[in-house]
Amino acid sequence: MSQQGYVATPPYTQTQPGIGGYPAGFGAPPSQPLYGHYGPPPQSYPSGQIGVLKSPATLATAVPTAPSPAQYSPNGLQNGAPTQRLPPPMSSPSVPQHGQPPSAMSPSPASAVPAPPPAQQLTNQLSGMQISGYGHTPLQGPQSPPPNPAAPPLFHPSPPNMGHLPPMSPGASSPMMTTPPPIGGPGTHPGPPPFGGGFQQPPGPAGPQGFPGQPGPYGGHMPGPQPAFPGGLPSGPAQMAGPPQKKLDPDSIPSTTQVIEDDQTKRGGQIYATNLRGQVPPLVTTDFVVQDQGNASPRYMRCTTYYFPCTADLAKQCKVPLASIIRPFAAVPKEETPLYLVNHGETGPIRCNRCKAYMCPFMQFTDGGRGYQCHFCNCVNEVPAFYFQHLDHTGRRMDLHERPELSLGSYEFTATLEYCKNKKLPNPPAFIFMIDVSYANIKSGLVRLLCEELKTLLDRLPREEGAEGTGIRVGFVTYNKILHFYNVKSGLTQPQMMVVSDVAETFLPLLDGFLVNFQESRSVIHNLLDQIPDMFSDTSESETVFAPVIQAGVEALKAAECSGKLFIFHSAMPTAEAPGKLKNRDDRKLINTDKEKTLFQPLKGVYEQLVQDCVSIGCCVDLFLFPSQYVDVATMGSVCLHTGGSIYKYNNFQVSVDGDHFLSDLRRDVEKPIGFDAIMRVRTSTGFRPTDFYGAMYMNNTTDVQMAAVDSDKAIVVEFKHDDTLTEETGALIQCALLYTSVGGQRRLRIHNLSLNCSSQLADLYKSCETDALINFFAKSAYRAMVNQPLKAVREILVSQTARMLACYRKHCASPSAVSQLILPDAMKVLPVYMNSLLKSPALVSSTDLSTDDRALQRMTVTSMGVEDTQVLFYPRLIPLLNMEAFGEGLPAAVRCSEERLSEGGLFLLENGRHLFLWLGQACSPELIQNLFNVPSFAHIGPDVKSLPELDNPQSKKLWSIIESIRQQRCHSLKLVIVKQKDQQEVLFRQHLVEDKGLHGGASYMDFLCFVHREIRQLLS
Amino acid sequence: MATYQEFIQQNEDRDGVRFSWNLWPSSRLEATRLVVPVSCLFTPLKERPDLPPVQYEPVLCSRANCKAVLNPLCQVDFRAKIWACNFCFQRNPFPPSYAGISEVNQPAELMPQFSTIEYIVQRGPQTPLIFLYVVDTCLEEEDLQALRESLQMSLSLLPPNALVGLITFGRMVQVHELSCEGIAKSYVFRGTKELSSKQIQEMLGLMKPASQGAQGRPSAPETPATCRFLQPVHKVDMNLTDLLSELQRDPWPVPQGKRPLRSTGIALSIAVGLLEGTFPNTGARVMLFTGGPPTQGPGMVVGDELKTPIRSWHDIQKDNARHLKKATKYYEALANRAAVNGHCIDIYACALDQTGLLEMKCCSNLTGGHIVMGDSFNTSLFKQTFQRVFSKDYNGEFRMAFGGTMEVKTTRELKVSGAIGPCVSLNNKGPCVSENEMGIGGTSQWKVCGLSPSTTLALYFEVVNQHNAPIPQGGRGAVQFITQYQHSNTQRRVRVTTVARNWADAQSQIQHIESSFDQEASAVLMARLGVFRAESEEGPDVLRWLDRQLIRLCQKFGQFNKDDPTSFRLSESLSLYPQFMFHLRRSPFLQVFNNSPDESSYYRHHFVRQDLTQSLIMIQPILYSYSFYGPPEPVLLDSSSILPDRILLMDTFFQLVIYHGETIAQWRKAGYQDMPEYENFKQLLQAPLDDAQEILQARHPMPRYIDTEHGGSQARFLLSKVNPSQTHNNLYAWGQETGAPILTDDVSLQVFMDHLKKLAVSSAA
Repeated sequence: MSQQGYVATPPYTQTQPGIGGYPAGFGAPPSQPLYGHYGPPPQSYPSGQIGVLKSPATLATAVPTAPSPAQYSPNGLQNGAPTQRLPPPMSSPSVPQHGQPPSAMSPSPASAVPAPPPAQQLTNQLSGMQISGYGHTPLQGPQSPPPNPAAPPLFHPSPPNMGHLPPMSPGASSPMMTTPPPIGGPGTHPGPPPFGGGFQQPPGPAGPQGFPGQPGPYGGHMPGPQPAFPGGLPSGPAQMAGPPQKKLDPDSIPSTTQVIEDDQTKRGGQIYATNLRGQVPPLVTTDFVVQDQGNASPRYMRCTTYYFPCTADLAKQCKVPLASIIRPFAAVPKEETPLYLVNHGETGPIRCNRCKAYMCPFMQFTDGGRGYQCHFCNCVNEVPAFYFQHLDHTGRRMDLHERPELSLGSYEFTATLEYCKNKKLPNPPAFIFMIDVSYANIKSGLVRLLCEELKTLLDRLPREEGAEGTGIRVGFVTYNKILHFYNVKSGLTQPQMMVVSDVAETFLPLLDGFLVNFQESRSVIHNLLDQIPDMFSDTSESETVFAPVIQAGVEALKAAECSGKLFIFHSAMPTAEAPGKLKNRDDRKLINTDKEKTLFQPLKGVYEQLVQDCVSIGCCVDLFLFPSQYVDVATMGSVCLHTGGSIYKYNNFQVSVDGDHFLSDLRRDVEKPIGFDAIMRVRTSTGFRPTDFYGAMYMNNTTDVQMAAVDSDKAIVVEFKHDDTLTEETGALIQCALLYTSVGGQRRLRIHNLSLNCSSQLADLYKSCETDALINFFAKSAYRAMVNQPLKAVREILVSQTARMLACYRKHCASPSAVSQLILPDAMKVLPVYMNSLLKSPALVSSTDLSTDDRALQRMTVTSMGVEDTQVLFYPRLIPLLNMEAFGEGLPAAVRCSEERLSEGGLFLLENGRHLFLWLGQACSPELIQNLFNVPSFAHIGPDVKSLPELDNPQSKKLWSIIESIRQQRCHSLKLVIVKQKDQQEVLFRQHLVEDKGLHGGASYMDFLCFVHREIRQLLS
Repeated sequence: MATYQEFIQQNEDRDGVRFSWNLWPSSRLEATRLVVPVSCLFTPLKERPDLPPVQYEPVLCSRANCKAVLNPLCQVDFRAKIWACNFCFQRNPFPPSYAGISEVNQPAELMPQFSTIEYIVQRGPQTPLIFLYVVDTCLEEEDLQALRESLQMSLSLLPPNALVGLITFGRMVQVHELSCEGIAKSYVFRGTKELSSKQIQEMLGLMKPASQGAQGRPSAPETPATCRFLQPVHKVDMNLTDLLSELQRDPWPVPQGKRPLRSTGIALSIAVGLLEGTFPNTGARVMLFTGGPPTQGPGMVVGDELKTPIRSWHDIQKDNARHLKKATKYYEALANRAAVNGHCIDIYACALDQTGLLEMKCCSNLTGGHIVMGDSFNTSLFKQTFQRVFSKDYNGEFRMAFGGTMEVKTTRELKVSGAIGPCVSLNNKGPCVSENEMGIGGTSQWKVCGLSPSTTLALYFEVVNQHNAPIPQGGRGAVQFITQYQHSNTQRRVRVTTVARNWADAQSQIQHIESSFDQEASAVLMARLGVFRAESEEGPDVLRWLDRQLIRLCQKFGQFNKDDPTSFRLSESLSLYPQFMFHLRRSPFLQVFNNSPDESSYYRHHFVRQDLTQSLIMIQPILYSYSFYGPPEPVLLDSSSILPDRILLMDTFFQLVIYHGETIAQWRKAGYQDMPEYENFKQLLQAPLDDAQEILQARHPMPRYIDTEHGGSQARFLLSKVNPSQTHNNLYAWGQETGAPILTDDVSLQVFMDHLKKLAVSSAA
């Protein structure tokens, strides 16, 4: 073909369809301009394009060219194009609609000479990598590059079938859907067309071209990516710029931002109804509204794939992990309905007699309503008399829509005494604030800051929905190497302090008055909080204890017979003589050896016991660390990790710099929705079962997930394995039941149900995969493995699994093509970039430059993260702020996370859910600097500038509003770090540019792709 | 010198000493034949309003192992300015300050009337008195309230510069920091974990980082300012009052069928450890207020299960008291530590059931602290007794002294065998220590951490002179008591009492010796020995021993024809002695029947520390009779004294019983006392009340006051004490008209005497 090897130009080819995303990319460029006009076209593109972006670009070209026809249709289909068979029929129908697209395309084609390849898959060789040369260098591809205009696309993610759906609207005929993979859904959406599409799509190599032509705004974004042309692009109104350039363009490799943008375009702002089995939900980055129609919202449960393979062999072959990431307390947007509470009276929730599954929409009523069959175990149960209801002509209960448990995917039951500890109704939980008052915390001003904050914060404790006040009681402890408890009973004229020096065996020195209702004891507590900073103001005690502090909390909760949460504000490694005393074991010599893993292994003994104590009583531990050096997060954090707690770390804390950041973390942590003393059980229909669990939890046996507390940020990964075959008719059902105590002290069961499809075709599986969920799973499994295996081995396993998954796809699902081509399933086309980012994540990189604590911390925090959090963590958002005035509402589109995308004259925001950087290019216009920083020029900004002033001008306001809206999306507060180009600090920023070569080791995206490709080829041969 | 009676009285008044024998047998052999050892009751701080202390240091004999104090018995060579020690015969020059002495210008210590003299010495810094309250919070609200009030009241009684501390306990032990503003701080300890003194001090943050190595004792006590737990009353008065008023009942829930968990053992050990670390060798008083037995941790006396009752004498005899030995050992160790540091421990135990005094008694017994036992803190018995602890003497100073050490010096024919009283041995083995121990022996020095003017020790001596080495005619033996203590005004003082008695040859002068017998003192001295033995021996053994001593004494001094009981006579100086022994045998000090172990401990505690008069009352209660037939008169402690037309007032020291005879009771019930024409009846009723009031006013601890009448249930207090001369066994033989029968099988005095006579005259014995 014309193209060079690398370029996978013509994606169309077989694989094509799938990737809506890409296509979009392609389409975009060309279409963009058009967009406005043709909404549709874009769509087509996307879909069409198939997998890889480049191809799209090519598409355009393709069209014209011969190949086109064949592919064409697919394109038309858009995604549909799933491979082979199905498409045809489908496609045709779709075609019509697409029709437009074609037209759109056509224009582009013109320009796009490069005809892509009729060749099917895109090929790029990785060799293409050279691509690095990017744009300009025209290819040196291995083969002689013909003069192709277009940059050859690299990969194509081959979109598996989704194609079919292409039929536009999501609403699309459901029937179709079924057969075709759900994915179709997305396909349809491709909404991209609308502007959005525009920018994002850039991916296609074509994109670049297009850009130039593109309208300013869009273009802007698009271009952004391209290093080379930044300037030009923006301006470029046109779409397909002329002839493609010839070279390996970084834009030719699958782009995450593009995928995100496409999905947003396709499915953003829409209603996602969960009425279909095995439906692939929109990406986590997409704004959508969930309507519960029988399956749990993707906010609660996301799966790595929505088509389970029917047999264990298939599952083994494809290597794709089957897992569900469950976030049982996920916060839902206001426009979605909160969970209904169902009360089945004294008998408790109705459950299947055999498998104990709870009543749910998957139960099939029979015998005129007198019995029901449990679809989890197929047992036929009798319907209790009080629950009887006649069936309608379709065999459904008449009261179906009056009963949440019969019509919804998620709901709650009121638990009865049977479900309570010791058969006693629980007391409302308690929050205990435990403040380290050793020298370091006093000196840094933390204690004063914290005490001041608590006075107001305690008014905002979480409360039961509709409840007037909170049932949560609060208690206070301060400590250094001894513990001080406070009696703040409401009747007292002044608080009483009780010192416990016997840290060897901590105990609770008082019962009454330690845990109190804040409203009732307000004045005493205020009095106390006023005094604490002064009481210790002249302390010289620098030693602290830690385990006894937690022990004290446990004792307190035990005595009060309630569950609860400890908020520990701790400064340094606990070195005082006491149980759980730690010593510095941060041995840098171990890094890069087989023993490196020991750095991440928590110490056993005291801490293990502590975890058990905490879990058994329902005591969650949240740790706020303010260290100035190594504190052994691996050990200290282990308690949090197993009790559903969170860890926050503020190195070298200074009130002026980190105060707000810390306070906002604290506020969120206190206020977020949470359940206590939880036990989660995941039940499945026959044929498969949960085998492994990852997350901030504790397990005593193989089935019950115990969490002292679970809040809205915590997710549990459940991995499934076959123990029998699944059938396509019955699908795979999952029911997650979480028994917990609410903040109001009610015992409840939260049920999430999800139904998946099964298929004996791997193609179905590949097209319904979700990369974000996969990465979440891989990150957690790798981070767990790293304490048991050498890091090197862990990394190798990740790479090899990636290669195997892709190779399997190539082998079984993609149409034959040159080995030299890299073909990616559409749904996984950005997997490599995430995977590479994961491999480069501090935890997995053996570098002596990284702090062991920070690595351990990342390991632990990721373990409990939901998909939303891991997505942005492993692929941060890099937001260009070039023309702030031009942005409308909402955030500017992100660009790819690479240094190439930065421009000296620009301003960029980068956020990964934990950090927020504002990067200032050297050549920023003084005017902008003046507006934002109130200093005349870039040079006037000090090297250690810490904060961004809030100024009264549109630019400053806009920037702040962008920052605020980013902050609101995240569950951690984001500390704003200002980085000047070429400044020392820039290193911090650069390590988040995940497409580049890692600062501490780790390949660039391009290199990694090449490497993976090589692996795949090896596997295939 | 007139009679021995007067001599004895005079000696007691002047020196606070009463010897069993006022003439001493001159050889060991003879002394042992006298049965009652040469011994004395000594009241070291007997109140002597007429004795102003002198403001200089005593002059000591220069011999290293003597160090006796210059006294009126010393030979003085005024010209040479030399004095000869009457104990070791060392000749000592007077110190320069005595240069001006002569026959007419003698220092006080040489004058015969100053056989007891008190010196004020300046030694070391004066430290204020220390009072550490250790308060049980496992009380009923009403009790706690009463206790709170008593404690608050007591603050006003303390001298303003006294240091106070507060420890409260229940399930946990809290040491309250008193100096803090704005927030009430306390250190809390688990009630179950035994801690060493060092750990306690570390946990209370009392360890001074540097001072460990330096051995210099001088700076020993931490300056008051640095101890946050002990603060001057005047500074923390308000704080402490508030603290006390906010004192809550122990908040830990007590499940059905359980006793509250009370960590008395740990609380005491922390109190001891705190003082040990901060004020060693300084007078301090730990005052434990408890409302029940220790139920957890070291020192627990009974488990928290209500279904297991606290040990009784029955259990103890059956060796069924699980915690007894361990707890006793624990408290003994504590008491010894406190004693070493000169701190005394009071126990105020108020509860209806036992509180573990049996185990804890050593805390007070070894340190000279008080024990007060009552039914509730909300009784006047407790309130007034407690108040009386802080009573003042004629100088307006507390009747308490601290950190005393008492040393005994004897002339060479005499050695000291031991002491019985609220003291511990200091293990000072000097030349005058006998090898035979009686009581706490093996030393010539004892520590008495808490002293009151009535604290009385019994001291036992041994005559070591051999029979064949006669003492020259007219020779005198001398004993010197040197008591150093911290006066309640914080001065260090030394009181020196030197007494001498003549030696007498028992063969030739037995009559004299007999007439020098002090039967009251001897009864008490023998009783103390008996009680001391009873602590470690089985009751019957003690009684048997006591009986044997009595019989031997009667054999020695009685006049009789062999085997003819009717011929038996005792001289006047011994005539009352058998009767004392009779009552002693029946007393709660030796009989545990009908008494709980706690009560026995309580009674014994007081018995071994009170002075002679009080002790005698305890042995043989006093009974007064009030009638229309004459002025109130003492009557026999006999059932025959119980008559219908009498009002009886019995004083047993622990109880004060007013008993209205049958007729009187009827009259009273009929209300005659309210009719003007029966004014005299009213007066009759009032008389014993007034007398009782007088006793109540003066006694510490305050006796239990009982007002009862014929047939009243409380009349048992009287009936159990009187000699059962009329019982249901001999009632009809004695006729109806006199006295009241006692329903008992106990032997009466008459039977007892008959037996005694029989045995005494028996040639077989």
